[in-house]
Amino acid sequence: MQTALFIEQLLNGLQLGVMLFLMAAGLTLIFGVMGLINLAHGSLYMVGAFACATVAAYTGSFWLGLIASLAAAAAAGAIIEILVIRRLYERDHLDQVLATFALILVFSEGTRWLFGSFPLYLDIPPLLQGTVPLPGGSRYQLYRLAIIGVGVAVAVGLFLLITRTRLGMRIRAGESDREMIGALGVDIRTLYTIVFALGAALAGLAGAMVGALQSVQVGMGEPALILAFVVIVIGGIGSIRGALVGAVIVGVVDTMGRFLLPQIFGLFMNASQAGIVGGALASMLIYIVMAVVLAVRPQGLFPAAKG
Amino acid sequence: MVEAILDIKDLRKSFGALKATDGVTLDLRPGEIHALIGPNGAGKSTLIHQIAGTLKPDTGDIHFLGERVNHLGVAERARKGLGRSFQVSSLAPEFSALRNVMLAVQSKQGSSFRFFKPVMHDKSLTEPAMAALERVGLKDRANVPAAELSHGERRQLEIAIALALDSKAFLLDEPMAGMGPEGSRQLTAFLDGLRQEAPILLVEHDMDAVFALADRISVLVYGRIIASGSVDDIRNDPEVRRAYLGDPA
Amino acid sequence: MMNLSRENWVSLLLLALLLALPYAAIKFGNPFYVTLATRMAILGLAAVGLNIALGLGGLVSFGHAAFFGIGGYVAGILASHAMSMQPLNFGLFTLPGSNQMPTIWLFAMLVGGLLAAAIGTISLRTSGVYFIMITLAFAQMTFYFAISWPAYGGEDGLSILMRNQFPGFNTMVPLNFFLICYGVLVAALILFALIKNSRFGAALQAARQNEVRVASVGIAPFRIRLVAFVLSGMIVALAGALYADLNRFVSPSMLSWHMSGEFIVLIILGGVGRLAGPVAGAMLFVMFEFLLGGLTERWQFFLGLVLLGVVLFARGGLVGLLAGRQRHG
Repeated sequence: MQTALFIEQLLNGLQLGVMLFLMAAGLTLIFGVMGLINLAHGSLYMVGAFACATVAAYTGSFWLGLIASLAAAAAAGAIIEILVIRRLYERDHLDQVLATFALILVFSEGTRWLFGSFPLYLDIPPLLQGTVPLPGGSRYQLYRLAIIGVGVAVAVGLFLLITRTRLGMRIRAGESDREMIGALGVDIRTLYTIVFALGAALAGLAGAMVGALQSVQVGMGEPALILAFVVIVIGGIGSIRGALVGAVIVGVVDTMGRFLLPQIFGLFMNASQAGIVGGALASMLIYIVMAVVLAVRPQGLFPAAKG
Repeated sequence: MVEAILDIKDLRKSFGALKATDGVTLDLRPGEIHALIGPNGAGKSTLIHQIAGTLKPDTGDIHFLGERVNHLGVAERARKGLGRSFQVSSLAPEFSALRNVMLAVQSKQGSSFRFFKPVMHDKSLTEPAMAALERVGLKDRANVPAAELSHGERRQLEIAIALALDSKAFLLDEPMAGMGPEGSRQLTAFLDGLRQEAPILLVEHDMDAVFALADRISVLVYGRIIASGSVDDIRNDPEVRRAYLGDPA
Repeated sequence: MMNLSRENWVSLLLLALLLALPYAAIKFGNPFYVTLATRMAILGLAAVGLNIALGLGGLVSFGHAAFFGIGGYVAGILASHAMSMQPLNFGLFTLPGSNQMPTIWLFAMLVGGLLAAAIGTISLRTSGVYFIMITLAFAQMTFYFAISWPAYGGEDGLSILMRNQFPGFNTMVPLNFFLICYGVLVAALILFALIKNSRFGAALQAARQNEVRVASVGIAPFRIRLVAFVLSGMIVALAGALYADLNRFVSPSMLSWHMSGEFIVLIILGGVGRLAGPVAGAMLFVMFEFLLGGLTERWQFFLGLVLLGVVLFARGGLVGLLAGRQRHG
């Protein structure tokens, strides 16, 4: 039983990691190419979740909702890129932080205005509602496995996109030398909008998929955003590979910490005390991991090559 | 034999397969100007960075005033008296010329952890700073923000900062770069006198200035010193002519 | 020696305005505004604290809520132990609670300073975006800790039944409490002005402008920044202690990242690096919240739009508009 629970928690950690990867990949891509820190990335995650829940409720199809989430988040991303973000590339980080913080306020309150303060609910699609057996005798939600699958597919897709396509070549050029890419005759404004919309779509996808596990509500994006920051700091900013490794580390450490620490403390204190101490420590665990990584490697595990 | 102020022995630094510094041995003796020349990409900047402390060498020793300084950071080497000017001028752009120099005076005097006394009313800071500005001919521009100084004035300001540090050796990275002929001439005259105060390791592309000033010249090519000697030695060295000076077209 | 600059006039005017506000409120029979003015003074104090790191040092900390919240919790915890007469037990030693503001402030600054030293030591090894993300993450860590540690209310927060006392004042009288907060704010402003013009301030501001230059004259930027970060955290922790006493309540929301964002907003609304910028920003922010909040529940939507406008088009903030372009010298 214990083994089964362990495997289940490990898979949960992996699923959280995959979701964080979708967030962190967009953030790190946007930073790598445009040098921009985007606090409003969590809002795009929220937009994806709301679009999915709304369309799914209206049409009865989760799949249409999922497509809507991609489209809505990409569109929202493209719109804010053109209206606001574009003016921030040449600004310092302080201005970027403030303007994107302002965007969070606008997105959050705007969403509350449109949808009210009550959370929406999104059902797991019938196709994925079952469970699969795990070694050790318990069963695991098929839907969570599917999320892991989507995450792996996106990671492979992003890798191919960046290494094998023209767009990817331009992205890499943009990362290493912004002036050169202009000199190559690439329309840099369009490239930036595309990269931003791509990052937004990934965040929207993550929001939509998680929306079926939790409730869909205003403010859901911020915890995900901050975890994604921890992922990027651990993985190394600007690196997709770092984002993947960092996301899995954070997802697994966070989930396993919450599962194991109270039990470990239970070995030498009474159960309720162990729950408190273990729980409190577990809530800080990934930040402690982040601090340790920084102490050893201030540029993260996979520092992006500097141009 | 005179003790060298700055003594570099068999310094090596690689970036991947590239040997940017490949066994450099070099010294700087009291009262001299030692010019370091070499084509672009020869590794002059990498060498300067290692001497100043921004880059760590892979192997080799750097002794300054008889003390091994390999493990010391930029700030500690500066406090020991290694004054430096940068290839691309590096100043606090919002601060006036005077305040830029005052920062060096303040460092020289010791602690920066004083929180109450206003610096602009502190004669122990303003007077030495003003004196340094006067020596480089920037007294009239003392209150102009560094960002608004001309290119040549910024180079002068960098030297004023090195002066204010009361340096035991100067590390000047292309001080003539971007200066007009008149400015170069004045600066050459100034550096000529400066060597009495502290020796200068001079990285410079302006060959007229180098030949006019240098007591010794070392030629760096592909991370190695290929020749070292007096101005005449270097002028007549066939290897230098081939590798660096080329055909005097 | 010098005549007052236009900026200093603006600063004095703003401070006079803030001082006049509660008196006017009482005179016109609207004592609620006294609380509003107190909020302005406390948030202004927090922003002055952050301005040492952000304005002078260029350290964009998105984690100062950690210090604000820790200050609040120190006030709440000491007060609750004073109330229950149970000393705090640290295992090796015990500490009696206290309901005296000076004692509470001292501990708030001490604990806030220690936390800032710990966070600063790790985060100041990095710069730029890393620094922003790491300070944000560490603040979030304290937030989650406060939520998951049940001894002092966990998610529900902790009430301060009786506002803590200050020798010679009845702090339950709103005007008295305002005057205490105002006095602390003025003291912090004086400290800020002194630091800005001191040797330390020179090194700190130079490190913002050009880190390499500072190091190459022999001043290690890391130590200068760390001290600035700690000072900044101490002042913000003090503001947190006052804020807890104002609301007579402290909860994890004081530690939330939203709070950190608001502090930066205060500085930007008022004008970065300006002496009175944080005060102007706090006055503007609280007024905005009160007026717009009275009109619509969704006032933060409009705050977001205003903020976007300020960042994109009016970078000097309010003090910049009033006092003209910043002069350096």
